[in-house]
Amino acid sequence: MTDIASSPPIDAATAPGSGQRLRATTQIYMYVALILVAIIVVVPLISTALGGFKTLSDLRGNPFGMPTEWQWSNYGDIIVSQRYWLQMGNSLVIAVLTVFLTLAFGAMAAFCFAHIRFFGSDYLLNYFLIGLMFPAATAILPLYIRIRDLGLVDTYWGVVLPQVAFGTGMSIMLFRNYFRNLPSELFDAAFVDGCGYMRFFWHITLPLSRPIIATVGIISFVGSWNSYILPLIMLNSESRYPWPLGIMIYRGEFNTEWQLVLAFITLTILPTIIVFFLAQKHIIAGLTAGAVKS
Amino acid sequence: MSMSETTMPGRTYAAADGQIRPRVKLQRRKRSLKHSKWPVLLLFLPPALMLFTVLVILPMGEAAWYSFYNWNGYGLPEQWVGWRNYQLIFRNSAFSQALINNGMIVVASILIQIPLALWLATMISSRIHGALFFRLIFFLPYVLADVAAGMIWRFVYDGDFGLVGGIAHLFGAEPPYWLADRDTAMYAILGVVIWKYFGFHMMLFIAGLQSIDKSVLEAADIDGATGFQKFRLVTLPLLGSTVRLSVFFAVVGSLQLFDMIMPLTGGGPSNSTQTMVTFLYNFGVTRMQVGFGSAVGVVLFVICVTLAFSYKRIFMRHD
Repeated sequence: MTDIASSPPIDAATAPGSGQRLRATTQIYMYVALILVAIIVVVPLISTALGGFKTLSDLRGNPFGMPTEWQWSNYGDIIVSQRYWLQMGNSLVIAVLTVFLTLAFGAMAAFCFAHIRFFGSDYLLNYFLIGLMFPAATAILPLYIRIRDLGLVDTYWGVVLPQVAFGTGMSIMLFRNYFRNLPSELFDAAFVDGCGYMRFFWHITLPLSRPIIATVGIISFVGSWNSYILPLIMLNSESRYPWPLGIMIYRGEFNTEWQLVLAFITLTILPTIIVFFLAQKHIIAGLTAGAVKS
Repeated sequence: MSMSETTMPGRTYAAADGQIRPRVKLQRRKRSLKHSKWPVLLLFLPPALMLFTVLVILPMGEAAWYSFYNWNGYGLPEQWVGWRNYQLIFRNSAFSQALINNGMIVVASILIQIPLALWLATMISSRIHGALFFRLIFFLPYVLADVAAGMIWRFVYDGDFGLVGGIAHLFGAEPPYWLADRDTAMYAILGVVIWKYFGFHMMLFIAGLQSIDKSVLEAADIDGATGFQKFRLVTLPLLGSTVRLSVFFAVVGSLQLFDMIMPLTGGGPSNSTQTMVTFLYNFGVTRMQVGFGSAVGVVLFVICVTLAFSYKRIFMRHD
């Protein structure tokens, strides 16, 4: 498949090596098109953030422009409120647990599939890959009943464990492909030196697997941080709601006061945007390469 | 790709090991008796296997079982109704609307999103200034939660307080209420889907463009091909596998679409924006109709698996 990292960037529109440059008019058209699309992408986000600074009547007359009077209290009230931090905290706990277990279980199982031949290993691997083919929503009612019978409804685990279970297919796939591409000389040398499977996994495979750990970690973190349907069904208490559920509740409560809802949305997506800009290279590569390979 | 590789992993193993280093293979087998593989298998496989079986495979099997009952989820399912739940699904007009809407999302993706993504990808790949910046901006909606994107666009589409209302106001027109009108609501949602996901598809195409062999384009240059000819006759055919992958993601994404619909319309007005999953939620989960909801799940499962298999077999077998 396509490999983002290994191939050098190539010029698609201009001919590489021919010395032929794009004409100035073509370039201008290109920039106009790109800037236009960028505006369509960014304007909803910026007006959401600015809308959070307005009064409701200001929003009604002037949804695009700067606030006539900056209402810092819209944001201030939310940022000092307990519910905001509680929801962020809930999302973080759920995401961290999900990422940790997805990485651990996925890497361990993938290690077996990559290095050990055992009876039925091919069938077992294909069994895990069934999970890649349908979304968690298909069996959501039996899943809910099972979680309820396990006594995990309204707990973090009731969200985390299904998320991990549905992430194992992706995780095993990506880890196994990566492990199998590690040089096999390493394995031979370690065995000659009397190193067992466990030590090999812990001391050689894992330290060499940072890129794939990052990829799987990013995919499962983003998925969990943004997840809505599982928490919606598994959690009842507002004190355990992660932020996507929190937005819906907040909107339900303040449905006549758009400016507060806008401030709330802005504050909840702010962490995502900040982290995205800080780690954009890894996040873009992880989410696209990971999707392509699994 | 995963599928083609996993159908016959045994063969790839044997070929690679047998041809390259038969001796080493022998030695390793002798040593591996000392380092038994069973402890590691017994320790490393069960966590994933148990969790996956209990929370993915068993619920799917139970869905098939429950789908033949009328059951509210408490006690045991006892009221056997045969195929009635399935008959009810296919007679339900909201369900057929959901199927149509899922199809519309795929069509919009093929007709609008993928050409747009490809066009932007070719522009960004041609070493222009600010390419990184545009890439970043275009990918941004993809990392936002669907719920947040849906909520933001609910504001954008709002006739009283939102941007669309504001634009109408500028032109002195009556503000439209697209999301409240059953004729326009689905198109409004398609707009949000494209806004959110075109950046992801664009990144796929950028990756695809980078993997094209430079010399082919140079050869086309020497033969005197114009920029557009090069694109149509060289670049586009070579991107075939990326296009097929992109369509595949659009299909899969459409079948899962739920989070974004809930804040925008919740499936309304009058079921005009239901998708398969919102239908399952609105008619199965909220009414705790476990039998009916499970039957919807089974239908969704069959559609997903059939599409995944046949698509990979028909269109992606050479990729």
